[in-house]
Amino acid sequence: MIEIKDLRFKYHRETEDVLKGINLRIKKGEFVSIIGPSGCGKSTLCLTLNGIIPKTINGDFSGDVLIDGINTKDKDVSEFSKKIGMILQNPESQLFAMTVEEELAFGPENLAVPKNEIEERISWALSIVDMEHKIDEFPGNLSGGEKQRIAIASFLTMKPEILVLDEPTSQLDPVGKREVFSVLKELHKKEKMTIVLVEHRTEPIAELSDRVIVMDNGSVVLEGSPRKVFDEVNLLRGLGIMVPDISYLTYLLKQEGYVKDIALTLEEGRRLFI
Amino acid sequence: MNSIEVKGIHFSYPESQEMLKGVSLSVRMGEFISIVGQNGSGKTTLAKHFNGLLRPSKGKVYILGKDTKDFSIAELSKNVGHLFQNPENQIFEETVFQEIAFGPKNLGVSEDEIEKRVDKVLKTTRLSKYRDSHPLSLSGGEKQRLALASVVVMEPQILVLDEPTTGLDLLSIAGILEIVKELNKKNVTVVLITHDMGLVSELSERVVVMGDGQIIGDGTPKEIFADDELLERASLEPPQIMQFSKMLGLKPEVKVDALYKRIVDAL
Repeated sequence: MIEIKDLRFKYHRETEDVLKGINLRIKKGEFVSIIGPSGCGKSTLCLTLNGIIPKTINGDFSGDVLIDGINTKDKDVSEFSKKIGMILQNPESQLFAMTVEEELAFGPENLAVPKNEIEERISWALSIVDMEHKIDEFPGNLSGGEKQRIAIASFLTMKPEILVLDEPTSQLDPVGKREVFSVLKELHKKEKMTIVLVEHRTEPIAELSDRVIVMDNGSVVLEGSPRKVFDEVNLLRGLGIMVPDISYLTYLLKQEGYVKDIALTLEEGRRLFI
Repeated sequence: MNSIEVKGIHFSYPESQEMLKGVSLSVRMGEFISIVGQNGSGKTTLAKHFNGLLRPSKGKVYILGKDTKDFSIAELSKNVGHLFQNPENQIFEETVFQEIAFGPKNLGVSEDEIEKRVDKVLKTTRLSKYRDSHPLSLSGGEKQRLALASVVVMEPQILVLDEPTTGLDLLSIAGILEIVKELNKKNVTVVLITHDMGLVSELSERVVVMGDGQIIGDGTPKEIFADDELLERASLEPPQIMQFSKMLGLKPEVKVDALYKRIVDAL
């Protein structure tokens, strides 16, 4: 479980806090999405989850971040790397080995996992991201979506409990985006992994998440199930966030009393009319 | 006269397979078209022919009625502005003002005229307060507006936007698109290359679909997104609203407001 208590942070040389008193609890196995305009603090918040802030990136830090009861202030970042995988926007920055297999072996080798177990983990991770056939491939030859899936798999072989992803599909084409989101869905549903996703497109958020956190200017301004959050069309619009078209359409129909609730997906929309 | 006229062009990069396999396309003055298709389908390669960055190995490209083979990239870029995906690649000067002034200076525009043009563009792109700031101190959205300003200051008649919104948040995207829409109203031809089908249906009158180096579809957003076979071939996902109007058995719509009216009428 992740517990964040009155978290404040200011980068060096900045005049204003980028996080202004965040309180959050994320349950084991929960899929939480964070959304908000650029500069709202969402990426900074991610960096506090494995202790990079305040351990590696200094600044004025107050409050507490607890991962399964352990305060990030009390342990090295490396302690948390077993527990938390962190995936960034650009997969290229995370890939460095000559083959997919070496890429995936690197993490568990450093944790001194026995060789046969590493092999098991690699084939498990590759089956989740659906890339068993690319085990001997040079990562540089993969497509954008494949690279990002390998970056995810390279964390999976460390058997983390929590996966934090900061806009993992923003550089990918539609096919790559779909591939990555379907991997996240599987990790959540089948592997019961805790997932924290920073994302600015609302369609995948509506489909995948248990809870949505809306941030603006260093604070959480709205929080709840996708159904609750995406019903606040006007508040979100003010932040430059457009709810999925299907939610907006059903929101308009709901305002006029034609339907009882907003829909989050096409399938839900269909059921409202049948 | 068409603003862009492409006639049967072929192109291959050295020691690589053919990227364009006989493409013909006419774009009217003041038209707003989107080019869509999978990565590797040839969208960017085609667009790079409009300002001479690439030259066809076969076929002809006419810009504003003139054969591009007779002109240099510099000459073509007076008429064709090109905005790329990553604004940082286009930024190199010390201040925002110098950055925007660079293009017209190279064309030998007078100091007075440059000053006038830059200030006007700063206003349109809402960057006036950053006139003397270092370009790299701007946010992602502001940098993209600066890159757009440096293109717009050349007063091009054709604007090519190659995935201009990738990695930007929605407020920044809205900021860029407002400016582009204004220019289009003043009869600037806009060619938008994007993966965002929402943008395509919101903005363009015409969608050109590319697949494997050829144009495989050309029509209004409604026509294109109603053609399941074409979408399948180009691996495109239609906007949610189009899918939903089909689900309800209503006439296809691509915009929320239009489908809302249709549903209310039907109920």
